Amino acid sequence: MNIVILGCGRVGSSFARLMYGEGHTVTIVDIQSEAFRRLGTKFKGNRIVGNGTDEDVLRRAGIEKADVFFAATQGDNRNIMGAQIAKHVFNVPKVIARIYDPIRADRYRQLGITTLCTTTIAAGLLHDHVLTGDWGLAKDYSQDYLDSKV
Amino acid sequence: MYIIIVGGGNVGYYLSKTLASAGHELLLLEKDRTRYRVLSEELGEMVMQGDGCQADLQLEAGFGRADVVVAVSGSDDDNLVVCQMAKMEFSVPRTIARINSPHNESLFRKLGIDATVSATKIIYNLIEQEVGGGEVIPLAALNRGNIEIVDVEISAKSPVLHKEIKSLQLPPESLIISIIRDDHAILPGADTRFEAGDSVIALVNAEHEHALRDIFAEG
Repeated sequence: MNIVILGCGRVGSSFARLMYGEGHTVTIVDIQSEAFRRLGTKFKGNRIVGNGTDEDVLRRAGIEKADVFFAATQGDNRNIMGAQIAKHVFNVPKVIARIYDPIRADRYRQLGITTLCTTTIAAGLLHDHVLTGDWGLAKDYSQDYLDSKV
Repeated sequence: MYIIIVGGGNVGYYLSKTLASAGHELLLLEKDRTRYRVLSEELGEMVMQGDGCQADLQLEAGFGRADVVVAVSGSDDDNLVVCQMAKMEFSVPRTIARINSPHNESLFRKLGIDATVSATKIIYNLIEQEVGGGEVIPLAALNRGNIEIVDVEISAKSPVLHKEIKSLQLPPESLIISIIRDDHAILPGADTRFEAGDSVIALVNAEHEHALRDIFAEG
């Protein structure tokens, strides 16, 4: 699959490494080149420096051929705008945006964007763990992350 | 009208002052606490602190009864989400977003924003007119910029001097609406002749502006 990721923070870079490690074509975009350090040395995918809500930057990142677009910058609104450009301008088949604000996550989900609200997910998991002692996680992926490190 | 302005930078500040002095009920939302304190010292209760993208704050600020929401922060993504949330949550009748990248004009329209204002585009258009405009001065843009009201000066060397309007081969979608002569506006007829110093006011589709200019321009 061709995957374009917006934002090379902890989540964006970890997802990039995971998918790259499984043989997918990955391009990651961040406004600051220092952010790419998080990718480690094994990652050989494309790195694009630029504003991810700019159509020209997204074109350079190969969004026209992308199967998956994931927006995980620090700004909810940047992710929302990037995801809407991916969906409505470039017709990317699978568009996902990480959105911290649960209300915005819900409203944009209704507009057809897959939204990942880490706020409610983490709160819910904690709730279940505290009350039942179980983690509602089939797998926590930490070993995959450690394996993909240098 | 109840107008809500989101973003208390220079644009938001002057817009609020201007609209409030025109008698509108106004609320200016500013996210940054330090900037909010500066604004509220001068504008008082007209200013409110908070993030204009958040639905709970929008409720508190009275988005439900707003006639217009204007998002004028410095970032296009924030302005987009303010307007989209205002539409989705509160069905605000008119939303206006300031945009920095001219690319975003068509995107925002597609995503349901009623109007956009791009300083980049306005300045670009002004420069274009300065460089290539010659004698045609656009006075206003109608219908999202397709139709312009232009002002053409008739010089002593103009090929239309002393000719009748009916003899001109005007480009399609153009209409001469008035001639200003010696500070008086004339409603011209088919037999009206042009004189040196006339100022011709015409409506023209922007696409045919150059063709219109060619008719009046000297040699």
